[in-house]
Amino acid sequence: MSASSVIGGLPNVDGGGPLLRLENVERDYMMGSETVRAVRGVSLEIRAGEHIAIVGPSGCGKSTLLNLLGAIDPPDEGRVLLGGRDVSRLNDREATALRLRRIGFVFQRFHLLPALTARENIELPMAEAGVGARERALRSRELLAYVGLADRDRHRPPQLSGGEQQRVAIARALANAPAIVLADEPTGELDARTGAEVASLFARLNRDGTTLVIATHDEELASGAKRVIHMRDGAVVRDEIDATAAMAR
Amino acid sequence: MLLRLVSASLFGHRARTLLAVLGVAVSAALLLDMVMLSTGMSESFRALLLGRGFQLRASPKGTLPFDTEATIADASAVIAAIHQSPDVEVVSPVLGGTVHFPLARGGALSTLALGVDPAVQGDYALEGGRDPRGDHEIVANRELLARAGARVGDSLTVAGGYDPQLRRFAATGRVLVTGQVRFLYLARDQAAVAMPIAALQSLGGERRRDRASLFMIRARDGADIERVRSGIEQRVPRVTAISIATALAQVEERLSYFRQLAVILGAVSLAVGVLLVATLVTVSVNERIGEFAVLRAIGVARSSVIKQVMLESATIMAAGSMLGLVLGLVTARYLNTILSSFPGLPEAIDFFLFQPRAAWMALGMLAAAGVLAGLWPAWRGASLPVARTLREEAA
Repeated sequence: MSASSVIGGLPNVDGGGPLLRLENVERDYMMGSETVRAVRGVSLEIRAGEHIAIVGPSGCGKSTLLNLLGAIDPPDEGRVLLGGRDVSRLNDREATALRLRRIGFVFQRFHLLPALTARENIELPMAEAGVGARERALRSRELLAYVGLADRDRHRPPQLSGGEQQRVAIARALANAPAIVLADEPTGELDARTGAEVASLFARLNRDGTTLVIATHDEELASGAKRVIHMRDGAVVRDEIDATAAMAR
Repeated sequence: MLLRLVSASLFGHRARTLLAVLGVAVSAALLLDMVMLSTGMSESFRALLLGRGFQLRASPKGTLPFDTEATIADASAVIAAIHQSPDVEVVSPVLGGTVHFPLARGGALSTLALGVDPAVQGDYALEGGRDPRGDHEIVANRELLARAGARVGDSLTVAGGYDPQLRRFAATGRVLVTGQVRFLYLARDQAAVAMPIAALQSLGGERRRDRASLFMIRARDGADIERVRSGIEQRVPRVTAISIATALAQVEERLSYFRQLAVILGAVSLAVGVLLVATLVTVSVNERIGEFAVLRAIGVARSSVIKQVMLESATIMAAGSMLGLVLGLVTARYLNTILSSFPGLPEAIDFFLFQPRAAWMALGMLAAAGVLAGLWPAWRGASLPVARTLREEAA
């Protein structure tokens, strides 16, 4: 079985257009009594198979932008289109179903359920999507093997190292073969060596066909991306295709 | 997977879950006991009255059976009059009185005596021996035999109709104890004997001749009891006839405060159970707000989160209810023993009567309470703002 068949392969996008498009998106949120203008007038296009890093100082709106891309948060203004469909108009049920089947999330703090084993954590989104037990077991084993943890399937998160937990979280994000994986500071809780291993896994994922958008402070992780989007004060200030060149500057 | 998540949550905090289950068990036990108490006395009274199949009682006009010492004269004529109704199958006269047994150690044992027609009586159940057949035979309960130092088969001297002015008995004689019985309507520790009604009438002298305190009446199957009752009162204006339904209504009236107390205490215990589970599940949900936000972010539906939390709540409630059922039965049995020993109560009356319907009712209320208790925390867990919660968790 090929790697791309394990992770789901490249998604079909109608008419060969962008997988994701943001059109003049704005998002504010309240922090205490203060209104924070987290994202200001951002317009972007993300094509299938891209490997994108979003970089910028803390509080520049990276995580909010990921939440908008992932249909977790609706924009105050503008539109977010996934495969040509305006996700900002979806109700909660539709947005939840979209996140379940078409978007994979990886968090800084892994956020695995501590009471479940590695395999059960991976099976969770599949169970929610109605995948049968046998197929879930088969696919979770394949995904664990893909992230290099075939022998850790019965371990619970507290029994795994940080790097191993993040790899399980990546496998969970891939469970329903999403069109895109969004990762928010995925190496933020890891030491340099483990962070490099996770960065390498992301690079492999992208080579095998997964569209990746990673918000990060980690230069090494960002250097693996083919496109780097720089943000400051909620706005995109630079969007560079050649990552190596971009990070070198 | 849902069950796995629920069990992981419950077993992940064993001490908390155990305390919650125990709390619900106590609440459920109290609720079950209150449900049993609210129906126990009237149900056991109904069973007692219906036990021997006599649906009607006729007592002296304006009195309840054995409520006073009043008796009805010309009992034979009353029996004949009652029998005129084609719906009446059996009339069993009962005369209550006091008899005295001189004791070998001196003095006399004074005790209640019931004069009955042994062939159709509904006042006692034989525990050993046989019914009395003639005027010189009696049956006695265990308490009397113990106090008189007698056994079945012994002969005793008996006297009746004591006149305090003349300081003498109307009659005395020897009687044979033919059987040991349990009186259905008498208090647990009350010593008593039963004998043919003619024998007790004779022992009472002229004042008791052809008199009865009560007539127990059995109607034919399918008879309209109310019509039979009114027919008796028309034929024999000297008596008040009451049906079991009327008697139960009177009992219900007397027990209404008792029942209200049981309902209030039951409602309080149910409310305590709901609040306990709601509090613990809310604490559990609050601890896992970040977890729920992540679940929602990765595409787990609100309905799944609601199901998970409500199933946790229902599981605690169900486990507590099962334990509470056992605890409730044990405490009810213990309390029943204490309450039933109150003087003057018939042995057959139970304060706490286990009825499957009552248990189902209590379990149904607890199940509904479990759902109710989980509603608020489930909604809270499912409706949290995902992006904001993730932001706060990250901070």
